[in-house]
Amino acid sequence: MELLITNAIVYDPINGIDGEKIDIAVKNGKIVETPELRDAKVLDASGLVAMPGGVDIHAHIAGPKVNKGRLLRPEDHLRVVRGRREGLRPIVGYTIPTTFTTGYWYASMGYTTVMEPATPPLETRHTHEELNDIPIIDKACFPVVDSNWFVLEYLKEGDIDGCAAYLSWLLRSVKGYALKLVSPGSEEAWGWGEGLRGIDDPVPYFEITPREIIRGLHRVNKLLRLPSPIHIHCNDLGSPGNYKVTLDTMRCVEDLAEMDRPSLHIVHIQFNAYGGSGWGDLSSGAPELAKYVNSHSHVTADLGQVLFEDTTTMTADGPWQYVLHRLSGNKWVNHDVEAETGGGIVPYEYRRKSYVNAIQWTIGLEFALLVKDPWKLCLTTDHPNGGPFIEYPRIMTWLLSSKAREATLARINKRARRKSLLGSIDREYTLYELAIVTRAAPARILGLEGKGHLGIGADADISLYRLDPYTTDLSKDYKRVREALRWAAYTIKGGEIVAIDGEALNTSFGKTYWVDVKVPERDEERIKRDLNERFERYYSVKLENYPIEEGDLRFSSPLRIRGEGV
Amino acid sequence: METFTGVTCPFCGCLCDDLEVTVEGGKITKVRNGCAYSLTKYLNYNRDRVAAPMIKEKDKQVAVELPAAIERAARILAEANYPVLYGWSSTSGEAINLGIELAEEVGGAIDNTTSVCHGPTTEALQELGLPGCTLGQVKNRADLIIYWGSNPLQSHLRHISRYTIGAEGRWRKSRDDRTLVVVDVRKTYTARVADYFIQVEPNRDYELITALRMALRHEEIEQDRVAGVPVEDIEELADLMMGCEFGALFYGLGLTMSYGKNRNIDAAISLVRDLNRWTKFVMIPMRGHYNVNGANIVFLWLTGYPFAVDFSHGYPIYAPGATSAVDILSRGESDASLIISSDPAANFPRRAMENLFSNPLIVIDPHRTVTSMKADVVIPSALVGIECEGTAYRMDGVPIKLKGVVKPPKGVLSDEEVLRGILTEVRRLKRGG
Repeated sequence: MELLITNAIVYDPINGIDGEKIDIAVKNGKIVETPELRDAKVLDASGLVAMPGGVDIHAHIAGPKVNKGRLLRPEDHLRVVRGRREGLRPIVGYTIPTTFTTGYWYASMGYTTVMEPATPPLETRHTHEELNDIPIIDKACFPVVDSNWFVLEYLKEGDIDGCAAYLSWLLRSVKGYALKLVSPGSEEAWGWGEGLRGIDDPVPYFEITPREIIRGLHRVNKLLRLPSPIHIHCNDLGSPGNYKVTLDTMRCVEDLAEMDRPSLHIVHIQFNAYGGSGWGDLSSGAPELAKYVNSHSHVTADLGQVLFEDTTTMTADGPWQYVLHRLSGNKWVNHDVEAETGGGIVPYEYRRKSYVNAIQWTIGLEFALLVKDPWKLCLTTDHPNGGPFIEYPRIMTWLLSSKAREATLARINKRARRKSLLGSIDREYTLYELAIVTRAAPARILGLEGKGHLGIGADADISLYRLDPYTTDLSKDYKRVREALRWAAYTIKGGEIVAIDGEALNTSFGKTYWVDVKVPERDEERIKRDLNERFERYYSVKLENYPIEEGDLRFSSPLRIRGEGV
Repeated sequence: METFTGVTCPFCGCLCDDLEVTVEGGKITKVRNGCAYSLTKYLNYNRDRVAAPMIKEKDKQVAVELPAAIERAARILAEANYPVLYGWSSTSGEAINLGIELAEEVGGAIDNTTSVCHGPTTEALQELGLPGCTLGQVKNRADLIIYWGSNPLQSHLRHISRYTIGAEGRWRKSRDDRTLVVVDVRKTYTARVADYFIQVEPNRDYELITALRMALRHEEIEQDRVAGVPVEDIEELADLMMGCEFGALFYGLGLTMSYGKNRNIDAAISLVRDLNRWTKFVMIPMRGHYNVNGANIVFLWLTGYPFAVDFSHGYPIYAPGATSAVDILSRGESDASLIISSDPAANFPRRAMENLFSNPLIVIDPHRTVTSMKADVVIPSALVGIECEGTAYRMDGVPIKLKGVVKPPKGVLSDEEVLRGILTEVRRLKRGG
């Protein structure tokens, strides 16, 4: 199918296009030169803004943890309900919507690529079953590897090549895309009901520290030439004063980093940007972290902004979820996964009149506004931890409009308002910068070359919004802007129109990305011997039943990579 | 002769995946590593099979071609106002997935056997959550194992040897490294191998758990005995639980289906939650059918709810007690049923059965069942894990792919294929075909 989009005002940061009226030509699912079109359908996009399809680098949308969240919260499914329609399955849920709802809603917002950022390898077959049932969007998942026994043992022995070979096997076996670290080492400690605080607390029995794990996996990531850096949920998440641990984490790989290239992605940094010594004097560590990020090029981050919402928190960080359960008194699911990782789920409501919650809200926005280079930042809520993804447009307008921020600031806890410097920051994002943090930067950090831009050869994933930047005051008319960003006028995925005016049109399915990395043969042979020897001692399943076949993915899209030394 | 390794057994919620099955001339001749149930299932899977699709004509089931049976089944569902689609716990996740789509399409209620086994676990979990883990975690770490209202030596035969006191784990090498406690109303087989056996009076589990929680909190229990158990024993058990490094509570229908039901599970979850203030403690329900957990899991990602989902309004409604199969049937509200991989006639209450049989009834099953003998349409299907592949979820949520080791009888399709046929036909009929 051919499509010519005319008269749209285009924001395409990767190609340096900042609000220009240019035509976009689409053929066979890709962006092409206009003359290549023969029999194109013309879409007149006068008065619309065009951007590359949105890319969400971090949203818990599928897998055992998300599904346990659904189980835990029947009350959540009553918040939005809509019956089936021709070609569309029912819509159910809000913070943990069903798989079909998830796909429809992302498309309705103009998002076309989403990453599930934490899957326990042993249960990743489940994650893929759910990803298979999320319509429209392209997707991938990141296996959690920081408490994996093989990883801990290889790293303890200083065997980086062995660890790399093992992880290439793991990524291929579970069809994963990037390496995820969750509070490094702490899920193993949580297996005994313990936690780790800083990055120098040793993991019980394994006698290895988070610092060594982070450095080791940083080197493995480079050896494997993975498209994306390691994604790290820092230690001590959620605790007052933890911004120091985040600084330690960023610093601990400084000497390993090639300074011109990002090699460490800090996920949902807001949750790890707390100053103070307790809940009573919780303060913002955002300025310190932003200062560090501004002066170093090896780090990128996503936001993990909180919204004032009743939401569902879920993470592989088992010990933190237990703390949150004890703090809030709310119901608590825990799920530890043998030899690999853990997980917990706790419903939580961020209340604007709560000092702590209000401070959390200001921290995220402070960080987003204090980081000078938007290429280092991605907009997320750590869905659904900070709030459901469907509310992203609210965050977008807080970034675009100081008036929108003031309106919320006026209603939050007074002490938090007085203490925060948010009110004194007058920076407002441009639409170009917004396109960076919601498309271009995440695509670039993920190494997805066909995503996040509209250059020739890119995937024809395009979102059009009913927004005329020449006549709209983004700051003043923020409510209108928010509506426009919430309900994309058109969402185009792989060259097909998949949503109009915020309504998904069909139940088509996108691709699942994963990496297939070749490592030196001798290392591969060696780790096969190790697996044969140790796997069945560690696990409760047979080694041969662990890998997932490519045929188990609805549309498999492997990225073939030659690791270093091949 | 061919030997398949790493075969996963489609019997109970243990999903043992280490079977070795030998096939000679298209027949299974040998099974290694399996338990008695597993062996019986693999070596006798071909007995009592439904020979051909059947349709009832003048009160007699007559053999027909498969397309005719699928067409009749689709017509029954398409014409029904409020069909019930029940079973699902002994088939593949892929089939369950299509079952939900079919329920949406026909505006029916879909329910799995959870509503008659671990439904109370679900309801309690929705109130409180549940601290759990995978079975390998227990194998590697647990030094205290409790079976409560569960008798694995007669229900989940290899549970003990694979995951608990008989298993060798990273930090627990032998039987001596673990303590086994059994709480039950009678001295079961499992109780005989236990280090501690606590005999609770029938239907008084809730009281015993509450007393245990009191003992944990250093509160004094005034009675001499609670639920038939001497207070000293309760206090000793409480100390044992607090003092372990990693405790695991496995519980069965003795707790979920005795007096108190979900309140018992509420109490058990609260107990385990309390214990996490002192040590590491987890709990795992002993799920029965090999894929009953998978039924819950697939239902959840597609509808938000684990069982008893009603699509009569086009969107899912979940209200166990109202939208569960037994209740809909007992109230006489449904006007057709599809039963798959389950035999409700063998265990549902009489009133529910009367309605099941007085309305058009479709059964999809590899075997002849009490239910299928009275059905209007019977469609034989291939056995998942023996004759065709499919995904199942172990009691702890670990997903495992089941293999097919022999071919199904000629012309027999998998549940998944049969359901896809019915769904396609229903859609054709509804579009005025």
